[in-house]
Parts: sequence; C-alpha cells; structure tokens
Amino acid sequence: MKKEITCIVCPKGCLVTIDDANLEDISGYSCPKGMDYAKNELLHPVRTVTSTVKITGALHDRLPVRTSGDIPKELIFDCMNLIRSTKVTAPVACGEVIVKDLFGTGIDLISTRDAESIV
Amino acid sequence: MTIMNTNYDVIVVGGGPAGLAAALEANKNGAGRVLIIERDKELGGILNQCIHNGFGLHFFKEQLTGPEYAQRFIKMLEGTGIEVKTDTMVLAVTPDKKVWAMNTEDGYCCFSAGAVILAMGCRERTRGAISIPGERPSGVFTAGTAQRYLNIEGYMVGKRVLILGSGDIGLIMARRMTLEGAKVLAVCELMPYSNGLKRNIAQCLEDYDIPLYLSHTVTNIKGHSRLESVTVSRVDEKLAPIPGTEMEFDCDTLLLSVGLIPENELSRNAGVPIDGRTNGAVVWQDRQTEIDGIFACGNVLHVHDLVDFVTKESMTAGRAAAEYVKAGGFAKPAPENTVSLCPGNGVSYVVPQKIAIERTEKFVEAFFRVRTTYKNSEIVVSADGKELTTIAKDQLLPAEMERVVLPKAMLEKAAGSTITIEVRQKGAN
Repeated sequence: MKKEITCIVCPKGCLVTIDDANLEDISGYSCPKGMDYAKNELLHPVRTVTSTVKITGALHDRLPVRTSGDIPKELIFDCMNLIRSTKVTAPVACGEVIVKDLFGTGIDLISTRDAESIV
Repeated sequence: MTIMNTNYDVIVVGGGPAGLAAALEANKNGAGRVLIIERDKELGGILNQCIHNGFGLHFFKEQLTGPEYAQRFIKMLEGTGIEVKTDTMVLAVTPDKKVWAMNTEDGYCCFSAGAVILAMGCRERTRGAISIPGERPSGVFTAGTAQRYLNIEGYMVGKRVLILGSGDIGLIMARRMTLEGAKVLAVCELMPYSNGLKRNIAQCLEDYDIPLYLSHTVTNIKGHSRLESVTVSRVDEKLAPIPGTEMEFDCDTLLLSVGLIPENELSRNAGVPIDGRTNGAVVWQDRQTEIDGIFACGNVLHVHDLVDFVTKESMTAGRAAAEYVKAGGFAKPAPENTVSLCPGNGVSYVVPQKIAIERTEKFVEAFFRVRTTYKNSEIVVSADGKELTTIAKDQLLPAEMERVVLPKAMLEKAAGSTITIEVRQKGAN
C-alpha cells in the first residue's frame, strides 16, 4: 500500500510517497537523507528525544538534555520516565553524558549546555 | 545619575542569536570595541528555552538544539575582546547613537557608539491582542511563556491542554507537554492552513495523535479561578465563527501561539522609521535603518522561521556596522542610484525595502512572505511594470520565508525605480 510520509530531516519537509510492500517504489524526496528517512519510518521509526533534567547548584533548576542519537520511537516514553527520575549537580559541560547507553541502544543521554556552579 | 561616558565602536542591543552573530561579525571586520547589552541574566536569548533540536542545519550542517546553537556563538566570543553586559536593560537609543541603560551594578549609565545594532528580537501576541472573549481565569498562557516555565524554571503549567495557533512554538509545545505527561486535546488554527513547518506537524502532532483543527478558533473561555473549559468554533472564509459549530473542551490550560511582534519600542523612540508590513525597521540591503549608523537584524526586523537565517542576516548587519565605523559613515546615495523594493500581489512584505546600488557587491537577496498558500505559481520580479525575471514555484506557504536573488546587473537596470515582487498563478497570464 502506498504511504505518504513527511520527512522531518530538514525544515523543507518533503512529502515522500512509498509503497510499504516495496520500499524501492518511492518518490517525492529531494535528497538521499529523505529517502532513507521514509524507508526507516516503515521499518523501525526512530526519534531524537529532547527534554530537561533536574539540576542543583546552577543558575536555573533545569538542565536541557537530548539523546546523543535517534532512539526507537517506542522507547520515547520509557526514556521520558528515566529523564524524570534523573538528577544532576552543577557544574555540567555541554555534551557531557548524563545517562550512558539508554536501554541497550548504545545511545546516551547528553547535556545540551554548560551549567556552571554558582555555589 | 552616573554618566560613564564610555565610547564603543559598535553597541549591540540584545544578546540572542541576532546580537551574538552581529557582534562577532562586527569584531571580525575591524570594529575594535564592541559591547553587547542583554537584559536577561545570560546570553542566548530565546534559544535557551528552545530545547528541541532542528537548529543549525543550514549554518552548521548538523542538527542542534537551541541551547547548543546559542552556546556555539557564546564560545566564539572568547578571546575576541567583545564586552558583554548581562542583566542590563537598555532604556533608550538616540539618533546620535547614545545608548542609555541601567543595571544593579552600574546604575543608570550612558554609552556612546559609532554604530548601534538593534537586535531585540520579538515577543508573542497575547490573548488581549486577539481579543478572545470570555472569563479571565488563570491557565491561559502564550506558548513561549509556558515553554520558559517548563524548560528553564521547571514548572508544569497544566494537565489538560488546548492550543490555539499552529505556529511552530505551538506545535513544539504540543509535543513537549505530551512528553511531560499532559493530555493535549487539540491544536486549533484560524487559517485553513498551518503556520508551522510541515515537519513539526509530523513529529509534534501526528507522532502523538494530536488532532489539528484548521479553520477553527477559540470563541469563549470559562473558569472562575482556574480555566475550566474552552469553546472552539469553526470559521467561514471571512474567518468569522459559524454559529452552531461550537465544540467544548474541558481543559485547565490554553496555550496561545498566535503570532510574534518585533519588539521595536527602542527603535521607534530613536526615530527609526518602521515598515507597517513587517513591524520592523525600514532597512537598506546592509540592514542599516533610515537613521545613519543604526542597524537592525533578526526578529526585531522581521520574524524569521529559522535561526540560521537570523544568523546570516545579523552577520550582514555586523559587517556593515564595522564598515560604517571604519569609513566614518556612509555617503547618502543619490536617488537615481537606489532601488526601492515593494510587495505586490500576494506578497505581504519584502526585506530589505531599499537598495543602494553602489554598496552592492554582486547581488542582493530579497526576503519575503506570501499572503496565502499557492500551488503551481510563479514569483514575478518587475521594475515599474517591466518584468525582470520569473521563478516557478510548485508550492508557496505563508509559513515559509521565500527569497529571490537580485543580481547587481538587474539592479543597475532598475536604478531609480521600484522593484515589485509578486505571485502569479500559472496559466493566469
């Protein structure tokens, strides 16, 4: 069956048409990344998760974090539960690993900014 | 009153993405003393609360979150000698390029500059700006305010949420509230099309089965202390609510993502002429306003979709400000050596509004937005009625800023005239 998938790789948002019985029957993408994205969406969709964790000793009470790469879509809410129970203490550097290897994916949870200690 | 008579080459008002890029570029192009004045406690502006990813694909060729994008520029300040005053509010900018500001350390102070770059960004339209009727309970927030509460201060603003407006902030907040455990009932959009990026409809609404009601608006708000319910009605082609189409949503929170307004109080008080279409300054191609030596860039000039384009525009302004200071000012171009840019049929605005041909290197990029959605149309560029070029477009959306390149040779041909940019439906000629 033909499926229409909006590519989320870049702001252009190409509408890719793909046959789920034959992934080579694909059109509407304007770059190789879009083609890969649409195929992957049918096989095993993945997303980058961004959120915040509790931080103490910094200017603000929240530290923004993200997954270091894409994780399977079905793990998004497990990932959020883990994020909710995570606490860190300043200082933290941008890119620092907050939780290593999320659910055996090999993807880490990393900080997305520097948070200097203010105490 | 303390007057610290401090002289700078370039003063940048605002330390968000526009101000950072402008200051760095001014410094790189030879402006010796550059000062950034920021009212928040830290640099980075709105990027600090935009914790989602998708920034930087054009400029850095990779996907970054807002804080990461900001931090790259903040790090670039190291070793440049660019001075920064945070937690400092600019109160006035004058045409002779004095900047009056205050903070808790220096008190009330005045700086003078060779050139001033206005980079104050924009703010959100509120419930009052769109006159939503009903009661006035708590629980009605602009989407960006809720975003700051949630992402920086760590407060969850509600549990059952309705969102009015499908701009990108509204879509991003629909996903963000869902991830944090709220139930987002729907996103309503007054227009028959979304004002957000297509990828945000996909990854923020469709991923979480959040319905999008196009041609719908909020027609009543109920609740005594806290919001209890919101009435949503369908609208006709004239955007008027249709009686009998009311839907009632039980919710404790209403988020508004209903547009952004460039924050130009300082510009207006400085006497900078404002374009009623952009609500930002009228500028030349190098982003100089009509006041000599005062430049404007980023969302204070016109609301951008992507921070990457803010960065690029601000670099143009920063470079020009440095050149202005080094040259001791720009000579006023004779009218016959200028071109005015004007939006035509189907186009809501064009930036820049004016071009000085002598100050053009190879080409000028004109940025504009269309008024409504178009399929299979073309962009027509003409000078005083004579067509200069046409560009075919499969699709045009008001949510996406468009761009045409005007080569210097074309500008020379149109010298002294007005260039109009308009949309023409194909086959209608």
